[in-house]
Formats: sequence, structure tokens, C-alpha cells
Amino acid sequence: MHGIAWSCPRASFGILLIVLRMSRLLSKTILILAGAVLTGSLVARSQNPAQGLAQNSASPSRSGLNIVVLDPAHGGTDPGARGTGGIRESDIVLDLAAQLKRNLESQGFQVMQTRTTNENPSFDDRSALANAQTGAIFLTLHVSSTGLAGTVRAYTMPDMPIAQASGGLIPWDQAQVAYLPLSRKLGDAIQGELTQRFKGSPANVQTAFIRQLRTTAAPAIAIEISSVSMQDKANLDRMLPGVADAVVRGVVAFRPSYVTPAVPGVPPRARP
Amino acid sequence: MNSKWRVRILIGLLAAVLAAAIYFPILKQRVKKQARVQQTTEEQARRELVQSLNANSNEPKVKAKLFWASDSEDGTLAPTIVELPLSNDPVLRAKQVLNTLLAGPVDAELHTLPSDAALLAFYILPDGTAIADFSEAMANSIPSGVQSEQLAVDSITKTLEANVPQVRRLKILIHGQEVETLAGHLDLTEAFPVNGKAVALFVPQKTAPTSNATPTNAPAASGAVVPQKK
Repeated sequence: MHGIAWSCPRASFGILLIVLRMSRLLSKTILILAGAVLTGSLVARSQNPAQGLAQNSASPSRSGLNIVVLDPAHGGTDPGARGTGGIRESDIVLDLAAQLKRNLESQGFQVMQTRTTNENPSFDDRSALANAQTGAIFLTLHVSSTGLAGTVRAYTMPDMPIAQASGGLIPWDQAQVAYLPLSRKLGDAIQGELTQRFKGSPANVQTAFIRQLRTTAAPAIAIEISSVSMQDKANLDRMLPGVADAVVRGVVAFRPSYVTPAVPGVPPRARP
Repeated sequence: MNSKWRVRILIGLLAAVLAAAIYFPILKQRVKKQARVQQTTEEQARRELVQSLNANSNEPKVKAKLFWASDSEDGTLAPTIVELPLSNDPVLRAKQVLNTLLAGPVDAELHTLPSDAALLAFYILPDGTAIADFSEAMANSIPSGVQSEQLAVDSITKTLEANVPQVRRLKILIHGQEVETLAGHLDLTEAFPVNGKAVALFVPQKTAPTSNATPTNAPAASGAVVPQKK
């Protein structure tokens, strides 16, 4: 075990989410203490309702969506997609992240980045940063090798096999399952904005089995710009402010529909 | 005397370190070279084994549906009907359609997989999980990106779904190894869904002890699972 990252409880539910990071991928497990739900209800009973309400209204900013985790893909020894004109995916996404950060912060979001320099954290570390937050969404940023130049696509994970939530535990590699409906909503909101601005982009969010989305316990999407095959980097650079603006509009539009799933990690469809 | 010896020992150690420093890179290079040679010969042998499967074609030609990229540049697939002499054995049949898929369409622009990639091995487990092992070119030569990698995987899973009804899920290996992603994006740690309504390949193991009483089940079951060497 490398360490324990734990997030603060959702104020209204009193649910404690502990992310235990164990040695390797399959042995990694998200432990959601169902017991905490029990304690939460006990606490609620022992308090009088007025007190509970007062507590909630005292910290309105702590509930709901207020953190955006940006994941500029690749980095370090991994440049990602490379164009014949010398464009490297890992550089472009870092620029995009910087612009997104500025725009998101001006909308009152707290922004965290999986990397801010030319380094390459593991896929699990990227997911773990989002999993350790409460009220966060996860955006992983990419530039493709293919596709119609000048278009942008948003992706979510496709339907995943339903997590075996035994005793309130869900496997690390199924962390995304419970958040898929929210991820789709976020993806559609952002894709709508992108398509308005970048003609030729698809109308709806696409699906793909993207590695760092699978292990993220938060609404999570990938954004991919086409493409590194452009001969002039300036053309791609010129797209970035528009992409950043459209994505932030999408996030702002999505914000009211953000909810923490009632019991984290246990998908509503799990019970037959 | 004491210091003289110390100097001698120091010189001796220094010489040893220097010799090691010079020899180590040479040794490393040799090991690397050896490994490379071994890998390519092994891969060649496997490739030949798989390709020879396609050569013996006494089977009647059937219409196989293969999925390559569509004309539009939007990352979608389009089915193409190809007449192929396909075997009735699911493993053999899967190898045949996948090799045809790898060989690519007439229009090279519509390729979904790298043209230098090869299928090294293919198995179907009793639960309908197929395992396809591709050569390293599959991961190294594919254009990196969510769209291009998803298109590659989709073309494989859709082609299997259309032609080999026994495959329920597909797990992709690269040169016999489990890898985290195809080329930096697509997750290969889990199996991809292929056909949720896959035909049952196999009589459940629980009936195995009484297999003598029901001899009709046994040959069909073993024939379907064990990859044939012919």
C-alpha cells in the first residue's frame, strides 16, 4: 500500500469516502464505507432537524460542484500523438489546461491539474486526484492523430458491466460505473457548446474505453481536438481559446444537475 | 607499509571499476541484441503458423462481413462483404476473418489497423471470452488518439460479432502481454463486449463427471475450445 488518500465527508449525507490505494491496478479498491451511511443516519437522528438545516445552510459552497480536475494527457517521455509538422499532443494539452484553468477560476471553480509540467503521472494517479475530492468533475484533454481538422469531440466511457458492490466496496477499475449518467450529461452539455463553435463536430457525446476514465469516481469525460496532423501549429493554437470557452460554458450549464450519487459507488441499477 | 598497501588496493579497485564501466555497456548491448533476435524469430514463427491457416481453403466460400473505416472522415465504420472460405470451427474462423481484416481493404485509406501488425494467437475460453494476441506493431504503428484507437478496436469487435457468433467478449494482448493501453488512450486492461447473446460454446463443467454417459457433448466441447494446430 502506497498511502491513504481520503476525502472530507459530504456535509449533508455524512458519508465518508476512503480511497485506499493498494499496490497494483486490480488490487486497487475504492472502499466506500457503507457503515458511514449508518453513522450518518444515527447522527441525524440524535440532532434536532433545525440544527441539521442550519449546518447545511451555513456551508452552501461545500455541497455541489466546485472543483474541476484537469488532466493534460501524456507528458514526460510520452509525447502522445505526434504530427509530421512537429506538433506534440503532450504540449498542446498543457496549453489548453492553462487556458481552461484561467476561465474556470473566473467562474468560481477551484481547479486542480494532474500535471502542470512535462511529466507523466500514471493513469491511476490521474484518477486518484479526482477520487480524493468531493464535488469534483474530471476532464482529460487530448489531441488526436486523425479526424476532420478543426473539430472537437467529447467522450464518456461506454456502458460498463455493473460493479459487484459487495458490502459497500467497489473495485477500483469500476469506479466510473455509478457516475456514467452524470458523465453523459456533462459530455452532452460540453459537446453541444463545442459543436456550435466547431462545425463538423458530432452532435452528441461519443463513447470510448479511455483508460483514466474507467478508474475515476466522479463525472468524467475526455475532450479530443483534431488533430496533430495540421501542418502549422498556429492553426491548432488558434482553436484553444474557443475550446476552453466552450468547455467552460458546458461545465457551467452542467453545474446545477450535479449531484453526488446517493450511495457513492453503488449504482442505482445494481439492484435487480 | 600500511599506506603503501592502501594505495595498491585503491589502485586495484579503481582498475576494476574502470574495467567494469567499459565492459558493462558492451554486455548490455549484447543482451539487447540477443533479445531482439529471439523476439523476431519467435514472432516470425508464430506469424507463419497463423498465416498457414488461411492457405488451406477447402471450405466453401461464404459472405463475411468485415468492418473497415467509412469514406467520411468522422471516425465511423462501414461494413464490407467479402467472400471468404471460412471454417466452421469458431477459433479458426475468427483467425481467418481477423487476418483478412488486418490485410486491409482495397482502398488503403480505409485501413483501421496498422498494415504491419499480425495476429499471433487466438483462443476462445469456455465462457465465450476470446483472447486475441497481436504483434507489437499493433500498438506501435497505430496512430495515437482516442478516435483512431477506438476505431481499431471497434473494427475488430464488430467483425468478430458479425462472423463468429461464439465470441461474447474480447481481450486483446500485445505480444503475449497484458498492456494498459493500445497506444496511450484505449484501455486494454479489461475485455471488450462483443456479443451479449453469444451462442453457448460449451456444456458447463458441472456435467463433466457424467461425461461418459453423454458422449455426444464431449467432442463438440473440446473441439470448440482447443485451438487446432492444423
